[in-house]
Amino acid sequence: MKINRSLVWIDLGRLAVIVSLLLLSAIASASTALSPTELSSLVSGRYGERKAAIEKLGQADPAVAGPLLQSLSQGTLFELPDGNIVIKSDKGYIQPLSGQPFSTDIQPARQATLNNALRRQVQNALASLSLFSQDMHSRRMAIDNLLSRPDSLSAEQLARATRSETDPALKAKLGILHALYVAGDQAAGSAPRLQAVVSLGAVNLSQARAVLNTIIDEERDKTSELSLAASDSLSRMDARQRNSALASNAFTGLSLGSVLVLAALGLAVIYGLIGVINMAHGEFLMLGAYATYLTQRAFQTWLPEWFDYYLIAALPVAFVITAAIGMMIEWLIIRHLYGRPLESLLATFGVSLLMMQTVRLVFGAQNVDVSNPSWMSGSVAPLTDWLPAFVVAYNRLYILGFSLVVVFGLYLVLNKTRLGLFIRACTQNRSMAACVGIRTRKVDAYAFALGAGIAGLGGVALSQIGNVGPDLGQVYLIDSFMAVVLGGVGQLIGTVVGAFGLGILSKLGEPLIGAVLVKIVILLLIVAFIQKRPQGLFAQKGRSAAQA
Amino acid sequence: MKRRSVLKTMICSLALAFGSGAANNSWAQGQIDPSKPPIKVGILHSLSGTMAISETVLKNVALMQIDAINKEGGILGRKVEAVVVDPASNWPLFAEKARELLSKEKVAAVFGCWTSVSRKSVLPVFEELNGLLFYPVQYEGEEMSRNIFYTGAAPNQQAIPAVEYLMSEEGGGYQRFFLLGTDYVYPRTTNKILRGFLHSKGIADADIREVYTPFGHSDYQTIVNDIKSFAAGGKAAVISTINGDSNVPFYKELGNAGIKAIDTPVVAFSVGEEELRGIDTKPLVGHLAAWNYFMSLDNPANTAFKKQWADYATAQKLPGADKPLTNDPMEATVVGIKMWKAAVEKAGKTDADAVRAAMIGQKVGAPDGFEMEMGSNHHLYKPVMVGEIQPDGQFDIVWHTEKPIRAQPWSPFITGNENKPDEVK
Repeated sequence: MKINRSLVWIDLGRLAVIVSLLLLSAIASASTALSPTELSSLVSGRYGERKAAIEKLGQADPAVAGPLLQSLSQGTLFELPDGNIVIKSDKGYIQPLSGQPFSTDIQPARQATLNNALRRQVQNALASLSLFSQDMHSRRMAIDNLLSRPDSLSAEQLARATRSETDPALKAKLGILHALYVAGDQAAGSAPRLQAVVSLGAVNLSQARAVLNTIIDEERDKTSELSLAASDSLSRMDARQRNSALASNAFTGLSLGSVLVLAALGLAVIYGLIGVINMAHGEFLMLGAYATYLTQRAFQTWLPEWFDYYLIAALPVAFVITAAIGMMIEWLIIRHLYGRPLESLLATFGVSLLMMQTVRLVFGAQNVDVSNPSWMSGSVAPLTDWLPAFVVAYNRLYILGFSLVVVFGLYLVLNKTRLGLFIRACTQNRSMAACVGIRTRKVDAYAFALGAGIAGLGGVALSQIGNVGPDLGQVYLIDSFMAVVLGGVGQLIGTVVGAFGLGILSKLGEPLIGAVLVKIVILLLIVAFIQKRPQGLFAQKGRSAAQA
Repeated sequence: MKRRSVLKTMICSLALAFGSGAANNSWAQGQIDPSKPPIKVGILHSLSGTMAISETVLKNVALMQIDAINKEGGILGRKVEAVVVDPASNWPLFAEKARELLSKEKVAAVFGCWTSVSRKSVLPVFEELNGLLFYPVQYEGEEMSRNIFYTGAAPNQQAIPAVEYLMSEEGGGYQRFFLLGTDYVYPRTTNKILRGFLHSKGIADADIREVYTPFGHSDYQTIVNDIKSFAAGGKAAVISTINGDSNVPFYKELGNAGIKAIDTPVVAFSVGEEELRGIDTKPLVGHLAAWNYFMSLDNPANTAFKKQWADYATAQKLPGADKPLTNDPMEATVVGIKMWKAAVEKAGKTDADAVRAAMIGQKVGAPDGFEMEMGSNHHLYKPVMVGEIQPDGQFDIVWHTEKPIRAQPWSPFITGNENKPDEVK
């Protein structure tokens, strides 16, 4: 045991000699290569030393510096007890400079970790290295990275890159980088600077904004052509920024509206048909979300290779589970309370508490983890040129589409099927419907199950954007009621319009007066509206209307 | 009639089952003297409602520590008995339950509360009945009661060092700050202190933006858009005092909008390992949190603490026991209980005044790797740490103070605090 270990140490010592020899040859070949102390400071140095070492690597020979920087950014760089560094690869530990594997067992002492500032340094250094890469894709990545953080590139490197670049699109991007340098360079002469400043007006970069602001600051005392051009470019940038903010807010309004539609549709069916104020509606949303969670767990356990599609499987699962539970609750409790709105309200409130506590007992009080499938993560910027900051998140986009599909599906069920016909008949005139032989009790049960099932579908969507916990439904209950009441009871179109109206109104108001105030204002508006028009936007002729 | 009698037998048998379970639990007694009456302590954490997500685990960790004390022979040869109540995230109910614990159950000390509003609601009760409350959560300061021991951080032990880090070259040299919080006393006061601090560092009001959302807010799209436009001005960081489960939709939105930590980091003061449990953390790598303890700390005391918790969670079949997590308020709860035990042993009795006197200067080795000391201002000396979120939901500690620092409950960045005493009289 002891002998073995000392042998390893001897080997390590030999390795250290080899590494330093290799280093010496590297120093001989390129003056910018790192000294052994600088290399080991990559892992264990103080912040300043590490930063300097990384910057130096950015100027070094790509063949040597590239793998080192890569391993640093991927967390595969380690330090040995003797201070030398090694890279961990698929084939075990390899030497950082030669890429040769170690012939002996080694035990790294510590791993190199980065903080944000160093991570940025590493990315910059990697970018300036791959600026001269043969592969166009990695050149594009490098240039894009430099555009968002151009501070690490030297003027000499930029000029060299522009000379050697062949692709016109990339050349244009390098032109922007060049303009940034010229605009910020006081020694560049006024005519090229003016040209650069004007061209920056078409660019959407925070760095360009900073450069323009500096120019305006410098030229504050004199009204020069340059400062005029700078403020003109700046206002062009601002206008695009404003427009994209407006577009973003309009889209978020639509997206919130679609969420509210999904939450409120089931409520509208139940409230409109049976006249039951279902306080447990939020809990059906919650059950739908938990059904999603269960489906996800099942996929993780049994079908990990199909994991990305678990959400699609969760839709029927959630619908069936919530519809079944809804039907059970209708049969156990609600059917005994028809025509007694106050009692049914209280009973459903009790049911909601019961359901929440049950879920808490089964799954625990903590939220459960429902992850987005990869096709629902991330975002797309559809109009980068005109609206640079207008970004549409995929999950929001899918939910918007999904809500429209659900609305259309419900429309088909209500208008094109026999069950829909019965439901509509009961809504409009229950006793007449009973007279012509419709079993209204059964229709009630189906309608309740349908409403609960739609809430379950809503729950699947909600699980993708928010928390999945026992209290999930509470958040959406009030908003759903507002959408239903605003739109008019018992009308599908009313709920849809009400939900989208509420969504857009609150999202356009939020940047103006803040999220807290906007909630209050909307509540007041709805109170005032209901005073004026108690039947909501779209009045309904039918049982609930006849009773009023 | 028949149905009723069946119900009755069911209830009776259930009660019997529970009773026998409880009897089994009290078996492991060590050197506890059975002739002496037990010492009762209260546990006042919400087990239902919005705060249950954070507080349930504090109740469990307190029970774990009390269990451990009893296994080692109790305190002064007496068994410690926990009285657990559920104030249900309802602030007035906190005061009622506190009164019940102090006057009816006659508990020697209470471990509890999370939100500042619940602490403010029980404070008059503890002062009136001369009880002792151990409060384990970081908070906004501006309070120093002789009846409360604060084992969480004051602003100078969390918020201010974290912002100092962001402004340093190592932290990224940020110059513009987006202060985002939930709308209640803790975020408002913290942001007031931070604004004063930023002013003292020469940062103008134009470079500070303050935004609040209601409790339980779940749609962060517009706010994330706002952050994006603010960040377009460059050198911007977000300081989040969002509390509770709103953090999940906020971070999801942040990840989807492509706000990267290396450009615009978010540093949070109320997000720990437990809050990240429900989130996919891969898009969040590099965003920061400031605490006085992280689960990822590598020291013997923390290894023991994590093992103790994992074993307890498995033995009690707690929810989430398959992935046991520890966090800062859990650590502060355990430190508080250990310190209270030491103080009772030093005083030789459980009387509130005697224990209070014995608490000052009390030292306990803590899982954060330091010897924690209770200051004369009823606050702990604490080390400050800044961690970056890792793909596995843990934190990589990127900055920390060399040693624990004294709390400043009265922040110098709020005018009128200059002449407030720094110790409890």
